[in-house]
Amino acid sequence: MINIPSTFRISFRALKVNKMRSALTMLGIIIGVAAVITMLAVGTGASRKISEQISSIGSNLIMVLPGATTSGGVRMGAGTQSTLTIGDADAIQKECNAVSDVAPVLSGVAQVVYGHQNWSTGITGTTPSMLIVRDWPLASGRSFTDRDVRSATKVCLLGQTVVDGLFGDTDPIGQVVRIKKVPFIVIGVLAIKGQSPHGQDQDDSIYVPVTTAQKKLFGTPFPGMVRIIMVKAKSSEALAPAEKQINDLLRQRHHIGQKQESDFTVRNLTQIMETAEQSAKVMTLLLGAIASISLLVGGIGIMNIMLVSVTERTREIGIRMAVGAKTWDIRLQFIVEAVTLSLIGGIAGIVLGISGSKGLTILTDWSTTVSPVAILLSFGFSGLVGVFFGFYPAYKASLLDPIDALRYE
Amino acid sequence: MAIIEAQEITKVYSLGDIDVNALIGVSLAIEKDEFVAIMGPSGSGKSTFMNILGCLDKPTSGKYFLENIDISDLNRDKLAAIRNKKIGFVFQGFNLLPRTSALENVELPMLYDGISAKERKEKALEALKKVGLEDRGDHHPNQLSGGQQQRVAIARALVNNAPIIFADEPTGNLDTKTSVEIMKILVELNTQSNITIILVTHEDNIAAYSRRIIKFLDGCVISDEIR
Repeated sequence: MINIPSTFRISFRALKVNKMRSALTMLGIIIGVAAVITMLAVGTGASRKISEQISSIGSNLIMVLPGATTSGGVRMGAGTQSTLTIGDADAIQKECNAVSDVAPVLSGVAQVVYGHQNWSTGITGTTPSMLIVRDWPLASGRSFTDRDVRSATKVCLLGQTVVDGLFGDTDPIGQVVRIKKVPFIVIGVLAIKGQSPHGQDQDDSIYVPVTTAQKKLFGTPFPGMVRIIMVKAKSSEALAPAEKQINDLLRQRHHIGQKQESDFTVRNLTQIMETAEQSAKVMTLLLGAIASISLLVGGIGIMNIMLVSVTERTREIGIRMAVGAKTWDIRLQFIVEAVTLSLIGGIAGIVLGISGSKGLTILTDWSTTVSPVAILLSFGFSGLVGVFFGFYPAYKASLLDPIDALRYE
Repeated sequence: MAIIEAQEITKVYSLGDIDVNALIGVSLAIEKDEFVAIMGPSGSGKSTFMNILGCLDKPTSGKYFLENIDISDLNRDKLAAIRNKKIGFVFQGFNLLPRTSALENVELPMLYDGISAKERKEKALEALKKVGLEDRGDHHPNQLSGGQQQRVAIARALVNNAPIIFADEPTGNLDTKTSVEIMKILVELNTQSNITIILVTHEDNIAAYSRRIIKFLDGCVISDEIR
């Protein structure tokens, strides 16, 4: 019969005898667990940031860019030939059933003036669907309408950064700003969106009806030209069919023969971002795996000390055997001792790991996320390390011959 | 039947290529309540015999019955259980756990018998009382004299109500006066508590406390006299 509370008490006493030694042995586990938690926190933080960025560009997003990526081995330089039109965008909306919304984009950089303030920013000419495609709500005011687009009204939506730069505390709604000296009425302010995956401030932008942009701001080589068409698929499952439908439709509209390269590129942004997220997850695993090596080294430290301890306490083992300790009584005593070391080390390591992650965020501005799973995992793992590396010394102790052990000097 | 019955016990140690015959066909019976002294020079096989009787070792051949249990067939853990319940050990070097109080040292056999903490403490105090050390329970071995340490060891041997105590040179590390005290306790346990005592010694004046003296030489019993 095995007495667990007494076994723990005996372990604590044995560990207290060599305080310095126990503390140093624990240090291995402390560093190991702290490393695992910090590394996982860095990795999880990175993939969480990527997920946030994915949702910030809009979900189920497909981009149609002019120009082929390659043409017969020669890169054609996407964008050198602008071949997309508002007509293409309308056709996609009408004929591709896997698509929910379409927004053409004609963009450029321009100087914006309000009173004495001026601001250089990206101007995007588009349709009202843009806000749906990008999952981007308004903070105040209203969006422009299809009628605004048809009649090329001089109205605009401002991003929060532009509002801050031009207006300060003044309410911009209803005010007139001059973009390339053309007066526009501010009808709405967009909600804050933050950085894009490429590190761009997405709030530093102005949205105007695409027709207005074509006619008043950026002259186009031919009527109706747009730079990009942004498409939102009906669901993540509809992404692939939508991609194919757009491809087929545009090839037909652009009269591209069977063997010719397309003069446009369809890019599934969500897929690209998901790949990035996937690689961040792989990185998290890799970091965790590297950190767990130090936990393993800590475990070897425990085994080393337990082996020394078994040798030092041979006589004690002999006495215990003589008065009736069975194989598993002895084994359990040493395993519990190793587990006590590793679990106390584990708890200290968790505390150090959490504060380490917080410290890293403060010092380097990396986003770190300590997940409860990581904590449970490393705690459980450190316990396992104790059992695993405690077992061999315990096994050795239990096989001692009682007579030899009693005579051991 | 006798409490201890050894039949044709041999023990062979192999040291590399050479086989050493430590015991050559020893047969012995010890009755309940006896006080036996085993004597002999070193290398005579008396310690080997004691180890086998104490269930710390197994004979190479022959049969050993302890309270009619055939010990020769038992595995490690069963032998440990027998030692726990039937046998108390008193050693020359006391063999107490260091940095552990006298009381906890006495509790040790009960720890491996699944007895509750409360009962362990009660019984350990009772056993310490029998050896006159009830006020020394919280002392560690290094705070006790040799005689006191040996009395703690006797209390530990008593605590599980074992019917047999094996005392291996119990006075070997003690001065004459303390030796007398220890022997008096053992005699008292034999006469009053009816505990069978088997004593190993090489001193005649210590053996004189017993009622039967068995002498060993070269792995055989050379004399067995009841006084």
